[in-house]
Formats: sequence, structure tokens, C-alpha cells
Amino acid sequence: MSRPSSTGGRPEPAGGGTALVGAAAVVALATTVVLGLRLPPTVEQGPYARLIAVHPPLAWAAYLAFGVCALVSALWLWRRTRAPRWDRLAVASAEVGVVFCALTLVTGSIWGRPTWGVWWTWDARLTSTALLLALFAGYLALRRVSVDPEARARRSAVAALVAVADVPIVHFSVDWWRTLHQGRSLAQLAPQRDLDGSYTSVMLLGFVAMTLVYGWLVAHRARVEALEARLEAAGLDLALAERRAEADVVEPVA
Amino acid sequence: MWRDALLVAGKDLRIEARSRVATNQVAPFALVVLVLFGFALDPDRGVLARASAGLFWVAVLLSSLLAVQRSFAVESGDATGDGLRLSGLDPAGIFLGKAAAVAAQLAALQVVLAAGVVVLYDADLGGPALLLATCAAATVGLAAAGVVYGALAAGLRVRETLLPLLLLPVVAPVLLSATRAWEAGMGLSVDDGWRWAQLLAVFAVVYVTLGVVAFGALLEES
Repeated sequence: MSRPSSTGGRPEPAGGGTALVGAAAVVALATTVVLGLRLPPTVEQGPYARLIAVHPPLAWAAYLAFGVCALVSALWLWRRTRAPRWDRLAVASAEVGVVFCALTLVTGSIWGRPTWGVWWTWDARLTSTALLLALFAGYLALRRVSVDPEARARRSAVAALVAVADVPIVHFSVDWWRTLHQGRSLAQLAPQRDLDGSYTSVMLLGFVAMTLVYGWLVAHRARVEALEARLEAAGLDLALAERRAEADVVEPVA
Repeated sequence: MWRDALLVAGKDLRIEARSRVATNQVAPFALVVLVLFGFALDPDRGVLARASAGLFWVAVLLSSLLAVQRSFAVESGDATGDGLRLSGLDPAGIFLGKAAAVAAQLAALQVVLAAGVVVLYDADLGGPALLLATCAAATVGLAAAGVVYGALAAGLRVRETLLPLLLLPVVAPVLLSATRAWEAGMGLSVDDGWRWAQLLAVFAVVYVTLGVVAFGALLEES
């Protein structure tokens, strides 16, 4: 996690805690990959069933990321807990979440093509995940527009909460939409049914791995954000000092 | 708060009545969209009539983008936005007023568009109770969400391109629900249309509440 910066000086390296999380994330991810690739192919889905080691964990990490983004946005908006670190955490979490969400859709598509025969289907969960990605892509676009940091933090915190308020409505609408029109639900398609024990354990390991990867990425991303803010402040101080120096040469008035 | 809302809504609607942007630009745009759908889909009227509910709501959605942009464009010139902020009006009142003005324009637009789908697509608008309830709930929801996002994007250099990206995914459930409700109301599907209308009402309540709570924060700065 980024630490509050003292003015000037060299940027401190990320803390030991972050390194520990990073090491754990690498180990867990590597183990998931190795064990996941050694899972026995299933009768119906062949080797594609192994995607279970990464696909549900990716989706979980994306939901976690968006949840954290909404939570810290609320903390920023609430005056008593307002602090710049919540804003930095919000942008870090949303960015990582968008990556995870996109990867969820990509891995789902790769699995869907051989299993369902199509890259995309208007299934309830697919549709709502795609809308979630669009909502947070919009959030990041809003963040990237340069305004003063305080205004940006305020606007994006409101945008995150307004976007998250939409999630249950999106969920219900697409859920009704698909279940009313065709009797197929994801429960029947989901590979969790009759799941072999080795599959379950690798998937659970995947959940742990993705959570660690998420934490690690967010910690570093938030730290970069803090360093950027410091750089900007330092640049401003420098410019102020230069102007003052110029003014001194011209001889100060009053 | 209600008095402030009436003041702001009256001001916005008076501007629209005098500038005639809504009648001369937004409504014709919506009708052009309807004609374009006619080109895109089979001119054989069967397809258009069956898809008319969805096409109607897509046209409403696209036009609502224009209405929202317009609603904040009138605040950007001549520092009128600052004037509004300094006026001492309740931010919740300003939000409700702007949303009411947008909703009134959208409602008028829907009348034009409904006539359009009847004439151009040969749509059969039976079941008026459900259709009208859907329109009412969807209009309030669209206007409230639109004004919240309009305020978020207001004052930014890229607001014209940013607003659709922010707003369209959020109002996607409105398009979905309103289309299903209309299909049920028009006898095109066997869905329970009232359930969709209820979802629209929930959406409207959520976004009106969010707007009332959050609009003060959005007005403070920028």
C-alpha cells in the first residue's frame, strides 16, 4: 500500500508487506497454472474444462475490484473519512477490475466457442458482465479527463456509486429477459455440476491466487498514483520558486 | 426545494420554448432515426412492426442524449452555471427542476415518436394503460440518470463524447425493460409487462434519490 509521502526526498520503495503479497501471488498463480494444466480432460468439454482454474477466479476478482472501488468512493465522499488515499485506491481498483473483467469475458468466450459453439451468447450473466465492463470503462474515461484533482476525485466518486447502483438493476433486467424468453439458465451450463474434487480444489486455489494478484496490482497502482501526485506537487513548488526568484531579481514591490 | 425545482424547470422550459432547439432539432432528429431504421431493416412492414417497441425506445434513448447535453449546454455559456450556483437555490431543487424539464421534453418527444411508429411502422399501440405507465416510469428514470451524468460531464472539454459512453450503459436496463413492457402492451409477447414497468419504477426511484443526494456535491466544484 502506498504510504503518505513526506515532502521531497526520494520515493520510498513499496513496503515489505507488498513484496510478501507479490511473492505469494506469483507462487499461487504458478501453482494454479501447473495444477490447472494437469487436470484430467472431461468427457463433454475436453481440455477446455481446465479454464475453470482461471475463469471463475477472474470473475470473482473483477467483482471484488468493483466492490472495493465503490466502497472507497463512498469513504471519500463521506466527509469524516475523506482522504486522498481513498481516491487513489478507487482508481487503482477500478483499473485492475476492468482488466480482470475483460479477461473474464475473453476466457469465457474461449470456453464458449468449443462448448456452446458460439463466441458470444446473450446469456444473462454474459450480458450483465459486459455492461459492467462498459460502466467501469466509462468511469476510467471520466477519470482520464484532466481537471483539478479534488474535482476529479469528487466526480469519479459519484460516478462509481451511480454506476454500482445500476448493477442490481442490470442484473435483474437481463436475468428476467433471458429466463422469460428461453428456458436455459447458466446453472445448467455451468461446469460446477458434478464437479470432480480435483477441479474444485484447483478452482479454489485459483480464487486465492487471483485475490492475491488483485491485492498486489492494486497496491502498486495506488502507489504509482501517489507518486504521480507528488511529482505534480513538486513540479508546482519548483515553478513557484522559479517565479519568486524572477520576482526577486526585478525587485519586489511592497 | 419544490419551489426551486419549479423555478429551474420553468426557466429551462422557457429557454427551450424560445430557442426552439427541442422542436427544431431534437424532434426531427428522432424522426430521422425512425426513418433510418426503416432503411436498415426490411422495408417489408412485418419486421418493422414487430421491432417497433425496441426501435421506439432506441430513438428515445438517442434523443435523450441530445436533450441532456442541451440541458447543460444552456448552463455553460455566459457563466450561467456560476449564476445558478450562486443563486442560493437548493441543489436538490436544481436537480429536480432540470430533470423535470428534461422529462417534459422527453414526454413530448415520445408523443411524436409514438405517432411516428404508428404511421411509419404500422405499429398497433393497444393496451394504453401499460404503455403510458411504462413511458412515465422510463421518462423519469432517463431524465434523472441523464441529469446526474450531464452534471458529471459538464464543464469538461470532452463532454460531448464522454456523455454517451457514461450514460448509455447505465440506461441499458431502461431500454431493455421499456422495450419488453411495450412489447407486452402491444400484444407482441406474452411477458408480464407490469413486472417490467415495476423495474422501471425502481430505476426511476433509485436515480431520482441519487440525484437529490449527490447533486450538491457535483455543483460545488467545477
